[in-house]
Amino acid sequence: MIPLSWYLIVAALLFGIGVYGVLARKNAVAILIGLELMFNAVLVNVLAFWRYLQPTGTAGLVFAVIIFAVAAAEVAVGLALFIAVYRRFGSSDVDDINLLKW
Amino acid sequence: MVTTFVFVLTAAVMLVAALVAVLKNNLVHAAMGLVVTLFGTAVLFVLLEAYFLAVAQVVIYVGAIAILIVFSIMLTRRVGADWGQQTNATWPFALLVAGLLTVLLGLMVRGWAAVTAQPASQAVPADMTARLGAALVDPNGYVVPFEVASVLLLAALIGAVYVAWGGRKAEKDAQG
Amino acid sequence: METKILWLLPLSPLVAFALIVLFTNRNRALSHTLAILSVVLSWAGSMFVFWRALQVGAEHLAEEPFHEVVDWLPIGDGFFRLGVQLDPLAAIVLFFVAWTIVMIFIYSVGYHNFGQPEGDHDEKGLPPHGATVVDEHGHKHKVPSIEPMYSRFFAFVSLFAFGMYLLVVSDNLLTLFAGWEIMGLCSFLLIGFWFKKPSARDAAIKAFMTTRVGDVFMLLGIAYLYTQVGSLRYADIFNPETLHHLATHPAPVLGMSAAGLIGLLLFIGTVGKSAQWPLHVWLPDAMEGPTPVSAMIHAATMVSAGVYLAIRIFPLLAAAGHETAFTSPMPIIAFIGAFTALFAATIAVAQNDIKRVLAYSTISQLGYMVAAVGIGAYVAAAFHLVTHAFFKALLFLGSGSVIHGMEHGVLHTGQHIDPQDMYNMGGLRRRMPITFWTFLIGGFALSGFPVVTAGFWSKDEILSEAFGLGHMGVFWTLAIAAFLTAFYTMRQITLTFLGRPRTEAAAHAHETPPTMTGPLMVLAVFAVAFGWLGVPEHFPVLGGLLPSWFQEWVGATFHGLIPEHGELTFSYFPLTVSLVVALGGLFVGWLVYRGVQRADQPDPLEKVLGPVYGVLENKYYFDELYSYLLVKPAYWFAAVFAFRWMDRTVIDGILHTVAHLSWRLGHFLRNRIDLPIVNGFGDAVAEGTKGAGRLLRVVQSGRVQHYMLMALVNAVALLALVYYFVIRS
Repeated sequence: MIPLSWYLIVAALLFGIGVYGVLARKNAVAILIGLELMFNAVLVNVLAFWRYLQPTGTAGLVFAVIIFAVAAAEVAVGLALFIAVYRRFGSSDVDDINLLKW
Repeated sequence: MVTTFVFVLTAAVMLVAALVAVLKNNLVHAAMGLVVTLFGTAVLFVLLEAYFLAVAQVVIYVGAIAILIVFSIMLTRRVGADWGQQTNATWPFALLVAGLLTVLLGLMVRGWAAVTAQPASQAVPADMTARLGAALVDPNGYVVPFEVASVLLLAALIGAVYVAWGGRKAEKDAQG
Repeated sequence: METKILWLLPLSPLVAFALIVLFTNRNRALSHTLAILSVVLSWAGSMFVFWRALQVGAEHLAEEPFHEVVDWLPIGDGFFRLGVQLDPLAAIVLFFVAWTIVMIFIYSVGYHNFGQPEGDHDEKGLPPHGATVVDEHGHKHKVPSIEPMYSRFFAFVSLFAFGMYLLVVSDNLLTLFAGWEIMGLCSFLLIGFWFKKPSARDAAIKAFMTTRVGDVFMLLGIAYLYTQVGSLRYADIFNPETLHHLATHPAPVLGMSAAGLIGLLLFIGTVGKSAQWPLHVWLPDAMEGPTPVSAMIHAATMVSAGVYLAIRIFPLLAAAGHETAFTSPMPIIAFIGAFTALFAATIAVAQNDIKRVLAYSTISQLGYMVAAVGIGAYVAAAFHLVTHAFFKALLFLGSGSVIHGMEHGVLHTGQHIDPQDMYNMGGLRRRMPITFWTFLIGGFALSGFPVVTAGFWSKDEILSEAFGLGHMGVFWTLAIAAFLTAFYTMRQITLTFLGRPRTEAAAHAHETPPTMTGPLMVLAVFAVAFGWLGVPEHFPVLGGLLPSWFQEWVGATFHGLIPEHGELTFSYFPLTVSLVVALGGLFVGWLVYRGVQRADQPDPLEKVLGPVYGVLENKYYFDELYSYLLVKPAYWFAAVFAFRWMDRTVIDGILHTVAHLSWRLGHFLRNRIDLPIVNGFGDAVAEGTKGAGRLLRVVQSGRVQHYMLMALVNAVALLALVYYFVIRS
């Protein structure tokens, strides 16, 4: 069987890639893409722990379900905000959305 | 044996697709990469015997969220414009931080004794999905987070509609 | 009873002074009434007390004088006590002081032309110039006008009377000194009465300053006496034990005993106040004041105070003179007295102003009295003091009458001549008979005309004592001075009254009103009769007819306190000399001056004396000498040393330097410390904060990814820590 650590490493790698995407991309949607990658990594992590440590309980699964719901809600709202911002600024480059700077 | 092979293959595909998702300037290509990654995650869920969630993954993530992302990309670009450089100036620092994070996480995983344990001797019960459903509505179970999540989705729905709609209205006012 | 009156005697004129100054200044009649009333009250009180003293008798009064003491100033565990006292000496002095003051006050009413109209352009501070009056025919006459500062005069002389009465009734040297100084003040005020005349102002300052010199030494004497005795009351000083102690105790200077030094210092006060050489210079200039002032201050009372003091401290001087181990002050006193007598008499011979002659005469006569004290004949000195007060006051008031008459003539004729210059007078005998006869009596008294004048008896006594005690130098000096006295007196009378008027003003002079001639007559009576109270027993023919009351009276005062000397044997020699010099001087004076016929004629003496006459006329140039030696250096000291060098250069220099240094310090503190350090610190804090802000706010780029980056950096760091410390262990 596959050791738990493999899943965790994969999740970690996925998470790292997601972090890079969030930090290093200009377009807001690209950032959201990175964010989704991070979410997925978390899901993998949760389910791996569920399967290997407590497969008969439902806690892990419920956790994952809730994560789904939250992620979905978040993406929806985030994209709606991004559309509104795009209309306001005329640009999809997040570096231009810096009105709250000093 | 087979599972190991499938796992390794799936992991590799996922990671490559994830890299595509974060590195390509063409955002549509990035979105496609995301989709592949999401599919890969679904496969991993199957390997972890969380069948319901695998399906939910495909339906929700690929079917809704990824589509949504693609829609946003389409709606927010001028037709025919060049994508341009999509990586901002601080990318080395981001790389460093991400790398450090990954390394640290990895190290933590390796140093954690309980983690290297073999999979549990227990098997996943056959009616896991039914149990999940029962747990979600059980008052002694997880009904509260379930309901809260539903309220959250409602709020998100209304909010998203309002935010996106209000902007268009304002635009119309400005024009008219 | 008597002591209560003694307290009130000085009080009466003081009250008059206060009332006049505060309330009645504008009302001339009320002012002079108040003043005269006050001195009449004091006179009445004085006569009552004197009569009571006569009743008590000399010896008893000397043992138990009328006295009353109060505790005045708390000192240590006791009190400084002072009070009033009347012993025989004080009683007789009180007698003549009371009479002369009253006479002078009454005289002043007429002198200051009370009842006359206000002057045409008289101003306060200048003598009155006369008023134009239109008579029934429409003719304009100029008549004498009333003194503008009439009330002020009476206020001042009232204050003066207060001072003199205070001096006479006091029982201690402190109130004596107080009265002394009050009189000095009034002397200043009255000499400078016509204050808009620069000569009067200068004369007032000169008088005050010169007497001040004497007063300083006197105060030193009083202080020294107080340290030795512990009290200033006569009763405490003049008793055998204290006198013996003072006479045997050595003083720090001059090889004198304490008594001698004290006596000498107090005597220097007398030198100042009684205008003895070398402090005589103020008295002639003091003639700038109105004539009643001259009479009062410089004949009857103030200068007499100096001699009174000398006689009062005679026991001290005698004790000091008796001890042969120490230097005695008596020869010094005798020398100064005799020298002054002769010195002043020589100057009087060459003076043309009627009052100046009398001034120098006063100095000379005071010299007689001082010399008498110096040789030990204090009774003779007291006798001459009293007679001199009467006849000198008479002479001054008489001269005032003459001047008044002359001024009337000047106003009438419009001639601008000096009414006081004797050469402008002449023949006033017919125009002003009362003045003439009283002045003649006074002049003869001054000259020592035998038997019928008081001056003869007192002067003769001094000469007899000098001869009898063997002080030949003093005797001959005083004899020569007596000759000169008679000479210049006759000169004065001849030039003023005899012969024919030498100017139109003299021809139009007329007699002065009764307020002025009345006092003259009263004083003339005393000038004649008083001498008969002191006829010595051994006098040929007349001696024994009348008791020598005066000698017994005053002689009892100090009995037991002075070493007695035996009775002097009578000798005809001093009597003969006295007669010769008096009659001879009068005759020679008449002889020389009866031929003066014109006002501008040179003095006959000029031919005789030649250049010496100039020296005499210029008073031996003493004023110029003092000016050169003392006044100019004092002025230099004030103007140059004190003002220019010390005050402006040194003190102001210090001030300016301090100010400058303060400014520099302030400047330094401000610019080098306050601004850079204090402000700098504050500014640095602010600027630092701003700089830090400027640096740190870069973090707020507004870009979410940066924020996320920073959050993740922290997360990584935390994770690393957790890994290192938790997971690895």
